[in-house]
Amino acid sequence: MLNVYNILETIRMIQDECLDIRTITMGISLLDCIDTDIDKACEKVYNKIVSKAGNLVAVGQRIEKEYGIPIVNKRISVTPIAMLAAACPNDNPVKFAKALQRAADTCGVNFIGGYSALVHKGFSAGDEALIRSIPEALDVTQNICSSVNIGSTKSGINMDAVKLMGEIVKETAERTADRDCIGAAKLVVFCNAVEDNPFMAGAFHGVGEPDCEIHVGVSGPGVVRAALSKYPDASINELADIIKKTAFKITRMGQLVGARASELLGVPFGIVDLSLAPTPAVGDSVAHILEEMGLEMCGTHGTTACLAMLNDAVKKGGVMASSTVGGLSGAFIPVSEDAGMIDAAVAGVLSLEKLEAMTAVCSVGLDMIVVPGETSPETISAIIADEAAIGMVNMKTTAVRLIPAVGKKEGEMLEFGGLLGSGPVMPVKDKSPAKFINRGGRIPAPMHSLKN
Amino acid sequence: MRAVITVIGKDNVGILHKVSGVCSEKGVNVIEVTQSVLQDMFAMIMLVDITGMTTDFANLVDDMTSLGEKLGLSIHTMHEDIFNSMHNV
Repeated sequence: MLNVYNILETIRMIQDECLDIRTITMGISLLDCIDTDIDKACEKVYNKIVSKAGNLVAVGQRIEKEYGIPIVNKRISVTPIAMLAAACPNDNPVKFAKALQRAADTCGVNFIGGYSALVHKGFSAGDEALIRSIPEALDVTQNICSSVNIGSTKSGINMDAVKLMGEIVKETAERTADRDCIGAAKLVVFCNAVEDNPFMAGAFHGVGEPDCEIHVGVSGPGVVRAALSKYPDASINELADIIKKTAFKITRMGQLVGARASELLGVPFGIVDLSLAPTPAVGDSVAHILEEMGLEMCGTHGTTACLAMLNDAVKKGGVMASSTVGGLSGAFIPVSEDAGMIDAAVAGVLSLEKLEAMTAVCSVGLDMIVVPGETSPETISAIIADEAAIGMVNMKTTAVRLIPAVGKKEGEMLEFGGLLGSGPVMPVKDKSPAKFINRGGRIPAPMHSLKN
Repeated sequence: MRAVITVIGKDNVGILHKVSGVCSEKGVNVIEVTQSVLQDMFAMIMLVDITGMTTDFANLVDDMTSLGEKLGLSIHTMHEDIFNSMHNV
């Protein structure tokens, strides 16, 4: 039965506490678009995306009206393009990026993810060419996102790919230096990438997924913070219970929207990603949740413990609320996209080292971190390797999205605007890891007994 | 199919009349009304049946929103499913 308190609570969450559906993402398989003629393949890609997702934005808007909840992004994820590029080895894969951009423009979606390659064990046909084309692809398109998986718990870390990605991240930032290095913000390097992630920039549609499906990513850090603020003297396990209950409510909304979108679009419902995804807006910060728990500022001692509890409670509450949970599911900590993280980084309290520790207990990884423009490709590779090692050993997804701020030094700010926010240039170590990175080869997969 | 219309704002003459007027224009049947006035703040929650609605739901939402703007009130029109799914296991 409906009661007044519940109705007002829902409205308050949406109006005052920034509750929204962060994204509905349609996953589309492009395996049936493979062709040895790249122009034909691009045409098939365009036609398939437009035929499947032509209505996506309209359906999203209709659901927003029906339920009165904002759906911030409508997105598409596709089969890793390296698999299509493999069939046309003599052509520039950027043609695919342009075809995706055309499809994004026609459908009116915010992003298409999947300019991707999976190279955790080694490069197959198409992979290296695609990776080398990433800087150009992200330069000449606006709404295309790229990701590369360079490691996994089962296969170890491909250090040749790690070395290459250090160079690619840097080159991507340089090619888009006149646009605040935005290219690098659309490029993620993964360990243990998931196949059904609805969030950008790392979304792609895995080969184990159906032909077409719809995923939902929820948000709501502001709702969690507001719920905690009502219990200033609660113990930690009481806080965990409050977070679970709140995550349940947030996720139910995701489940409802996903089921409705699947019905209206006539495609199967994929997953709900149980995430706390912050935005730079006031009141929509994961860092502020940690501070509400009792830290003077995010990044100080105790941050990792608070985040571990938050991440776990979000999952426990969310799992109960949805029949199909997947994606990255957990709290995100993208520095430039979170008002509290930005403040903590500017104050020097939140460091790269602390962020690395935090990624061991929460969703994803070193996300939207601005580093000095003069950072060497080897240092970027080494940061990627460190982060991938955390993911590999702990059997979790980790990722790196670094933005080398061309021409900027430690302490200066890089402004992206919109959902990507702004970030201070954070210091990196000045001692070189070049010899380690240049060795190449593979870090063997870890063993999973004798755990210590 | 049912929807929930919430109206919050400064009390004035004829709010209930105007909101239910829009409902009757569109073939929306009012089932239940809870209303209170605290000092001069008006808060009303209306449960309505939209099965026989003569327009589509998006139009109803738009008309209610613009009525709210005209009267200086905040009017939300939402499908009841959102409340049921959020608050019931």
